[in-house]
Amino acid sequence: MSLLAVDGLSKEFGGVHAVQDLSFTVEAGTIHSIIGPNGAGKTTLFNLITGIYTPSAGRIVLDGTDIAGKSPSQLARLGMSRTFQNLQIFFNMSAVENVMVGAHLHVDRRFWPSLLRLPSMVRGDRACRDECLRLLDFVGLGHYAEAEAAAMPYGGLKRLEIARALAAKPKLLLLDEPAAGLNATESREIDAVIKKVAGQGVTVVLVEHDMKMVMGISDHILALDYGRKLAEGTPAQVRANADVIAAYLGAHA
Amino acid sequence: MSKTNSLWTARMGGMALLAAVLALAPLGFANAYYYDVAVGALFNAIICVGLNLLIGYGGQISLGHGAFFALGAYGSAIATSRWGVPSVAAMAASAVLVGLMAFVMARPILRLKGHYLAMATLGIGMIIYIVLKTEAQWTGGPDGMGVDPLSVAGLTLATDRQWYWLSAVLLLLAVWLSLNLVQSPVGRALRAGHGAEIGAQVVGVDTSHYKVLMFVVSAVFASVVGSLFAHKNGFITPDIAGFHRSIELVTMVVLGGMASIFGAVIGAFILTVLPQMLTAFDDYEAMIFGAIMMGTMIFLPKGLLPSLILLIRKRMGGRS
Ligand SMILES: Nc1ncnc2c1ncn2[C@@H]1O[C@H](COP(=O)(O)OP(=O)(O)OP(=O)(O)O)[C@@H](O)[C@H]1O
Ligand SMILES: [Mg+2]
Repeated sequence: MSLLAVDGLSKEFGGVHAVQDLSFTVEAGTIHSIIGPNGAGKTTLFNLITGIYTPSAGRIVLDGTDIAGKSPSQLARLGMSRTFQNLQIFFNMSAVENVMVGAHLHVDRRFWPSLLRLPSMVRGDRACRDECLRLLDFVGLGHYAEAEAAAMPYGGLKRLEIARALAAKPKLLLLDEPAAGLNATESREIDAVIKKVAGQGVTVVLVEHDMKMVMGISDHILALDYGRKLAEGTPAQVRANADVIAAYLGAHA
Repeated sequence: MSKTNSLWTARMGGMALLAAVLALAPLGFANAYYYDVAVGALFNAIICVGLNLLIGYGGQISLGHGAFFALGAYGSAIATSRWGVPSVAAMAASAVLVGLMAFVMARPILRLKGHYLAMATLGIGMIIYIVLKTEAQWTGGPDGMGVDPLSVAGLTLATDRQWYWLSAVLLLLAVWLSLNLVQSPVGRALRAGHGAEIGAQVVGVDTSHYKVLMFVVSAVFASVVGSLFAHKNGFITPDIAGFHRSIELVTMVVLGGMASIFGAVIGAFILTVLPQMLTAFDDYEAMIFGAIMMGTMIFLPKGLLPSLILLIRKRMGGRS
C-alpha cells in the first residue's frame, strides 16, 4: 500500500483553480519530486496535504488514514513533517531551540514537571538538546547551534527548517524548495542530506526548481501545470516527455 | 556545554541578584511607608511575571488581568469573612476557581487576534467589575467589604515589614517558576507559537493549547496576589477590578521588556514607585501611563532590560 494517496484533489481560491482533480500516490521509502512552473500549485498541494488548507474536493490518505478534518498538529502526530518555501522560523529563539521545538512530540512536555524543573525533565531536555545539536551538525549548521535564528543567513535558515522537520522523526517529509536561494555548493550539500534522510527510510516528497537536484535524486517525478497533472514517471520518462519540455523545461533549459 | 553553563549562570545569577536587592533594600527604608510601597511593588511584580508569560512569550494581549486580581481578592474576602475559611485555603480555592474561569473563557477569546483579543479581554474585565459592584449581598457593592488579616499556621501577618519579607520570597518563587517554564518544552512550544504559528503546528505543537495554558497560569498568579492584597489592605472595593488597573499591569510588562522575566520585575518596580515620588501623577496617572506605553513602543520596542542587555553586549563585543 502507498504511504500517501491523493485522489481527485482540488483547491479553488475564489475562481483560481490552484489544484485541479489531482490524483497520485507516493510509495514508502522513495524520493518523490513534484515539479512545475511558478504558480503550478505545488505549495498549495503541500498546504492541502499538511492540513493547512481544506480541499475544495477530493481525498488525501496517509498510511491508510483519511486525513480530512485533521489539523496540522494532528497530522504531525501521524508522522508528517515539512519545510516551507517562505520560511516559518521561530525568530525569537536560538537555532538549537528551533530544532528542539521540532522534537516536541518526542519529549516529556507535561506542565507540572516543567514548572518545577524536576530532574527527570532536566535530563530529558539535555538529551533532546544533544540530539538536536547532532541534527544541526547533520545539516551542516553545527557552528550556528547557539546563534539566534534572527542573526542567521538565509541559506542557514533553509537548513534549519530541515533540521527542525527531522527532529520530529517523520515517516513522510515534505520539502518545499529546500535549495531556493542557495549556491551550487550548498545545493549539492542539500542533495546529500536528502539522500541520507531517504537512506534512513524516511519517505521524501520534494518540490524543487533545481533540475540537477531533482533529476539526480528522485525515484519518481510528478509534473504539474495549472494545478493539473502534466506527466508522471521516472526522471528519464519525465525528462523525455514532450509536454513537460514545452511547459517547464523548455522555459528554463 | 558552555551554553548550558551560561544559561545556568543567567538563571542563577539573575535570581541571586534579585534576592540580594530584595534583602538589602530595607536598609534604605526610613519608615513603614517605604515598606508599604515596596510591598505594592512586589505584588505588581509577581502579577507581571505571570502576565509576561502570556504577553511577552505567548504573544497574546490581555486587558482583563485586573479583573482576575479582583476575583482573587473577593474570593478570599468572601470565603474568610463570611464562611470562616482559613485564609490560605481560601486563597488556594480562589486561585483554582479563577484558573477554571480563565480556562473556560480562554478558548473562545484566544481565537481572536490583535484588537479583537484586546477588546474581548477588556469586556471580560468590565463584566467582572459590574458583577462585583452589583452583587452587593456578597461583595458589599460599591462600598466594598472588610477583610481579615492573613494568618498562616496560627501566625497573623500584622506589620508591613512582615508583608515585605513574605512578598519578597513569593516573588523569588514566581521568578523561579517562570524561568523553569520558559526554558522547558512547554515554554519552547509557547514561544514557537508566537514566533511562527504554522511552523510550530506542523511539528505537532497544539499552539492554542499553550496559549490557553498561559492565560490560566497568568490568571492564577493575578488571583493569588489579589488574595494577598485583600488581606494586607483589610478592605477592598470593586474599583480594584477597574480597567485602568489592567492597563497599568500591561504597561509594566511592556516597559520592563516583553519576553524578559527580570524585565517584568523592573517594569513593575519602576511604575509602582514612580507615581509615589511624583505627586503630579495623581491627576494625570492614566495619561502618563499611556504616554509611557507609547514612548516605550516607539523608542524601546524591546523594553528596558532587553535593550540594556543588548547595549552592554554591543559595548563588550566592540572591545574584544
Ligand atoms: N492563499 C491563497 N489565496 C489565493 N490564491 C492563492 C493562495 N495560495 C496560492 N494561490 C494561487 O494558487 C496558484 C498556485 O500557487 P502555488 O503557491 O501553489 O504555486 P507554486 O507551484 O508553489 O509556485 P512557486 O513555484 O512560485 O512556488 C497561484 O495562482 C497562486 O496565486
Ligand atoms: Mg511554491
